Amino acid sequence: MKKHLSVISAIFSGLIFGFGLIVAGMANPAKVLAFLDITPVWDPSLALVMGGAIAVGFVAFKIAGKRTNSFLGLPMSIPTLRAIDKNLVLGALIFGIGWGLAGICPAPAFVLFGTGSIKGIVFLISMLVGMGVFELIESRHK
Amino acid sequence: MTIDWNHFTPWSALAGGGLIGISVALLILLNGRIAGITGIIGGLFKPAKSDAAWRIAFTFGLIIAPIIWLLFGKLPEITIDANYGLLVVAGLIVGFGARLGSGCTSGHGVCGISRLSPRSIIATLAFMGTGFLTVFIARHLLG
Repeated sequence: MKKHLSVISAIFSGLIFGFGLIVAGMANPAKVLAFLDITPVWDPSLALVMGGAIAVGFVAFKIAGKRTNSFLGLPMSIPTLRAIDKNLVLGALIFGIGWGLAGICPAPAFVLFGTGSIKGIVFLISMLVGMGVFELIESRHK
Repeated sequence: MTIDWNHFTPWSALAGGGLIGISVALLILLNGRIAGITGIIGGLFKPAKSDAAWRIAFTFGLIIAPIIWLLFGKLPEITIDANYGLLVVAGLIVGFGARLGSGCTSGHGVCGISRLSPRSIIATLAFMGTGFLTVFIARHLLG
């Protein structure tokens, strides 16, 4: 029962996330690139998307931080890693380059796929291959 | 640099951000999980894990969002200017970089900053930095 409920809540969470991206303009790569292009005129809208999301998220994590289990009785899985290591910084720097090239980050890639856009599908498949390449390299290093 | 007031959409940006925040809140408070897409998908590459169901469910929700939206009205404008070659390159870089850095805009940028995680703040500054720089180089130095 718990498992069924957690699947339903995850679908709703994903759905609301997708609606949020569409409403915010984050599902429109041209809008994302207009945010990342600060010259000569800058559309700062997407800073407000993050601001709005963080304002709500901040409260949610304050509540979550006081609990050991979720409201469905599942264990709280909150990252505990604190080290700022090479992989974190290098990976983020690399990710930003790809984000700047097409204006698409991982969550909007799935929304664009859902619109049936061929370009969205091509991006999503490439992104999943990129993730697969990472997994391959990582598994060889173990 | 001046603000592009003709294209600035503060209210829809805040509303959309608020929805994303609600989604993040639902997933952490009900499932005890972080709504970071890179981490959610990354977990699916590891077949030993038995927690695939919620990951697939969340991703399914993201994919059907535009489909359900279309039942009620038209989708707002979506323009992908990049050509296919660029999309492949960008996709490979995004996928690899986000996994190497343990997160993307959702995991680090929204969830991590909401938790005031130093790792996520550094990561967000890093990918925002190269994001701005890449667009500047592509549009103003090469374009």
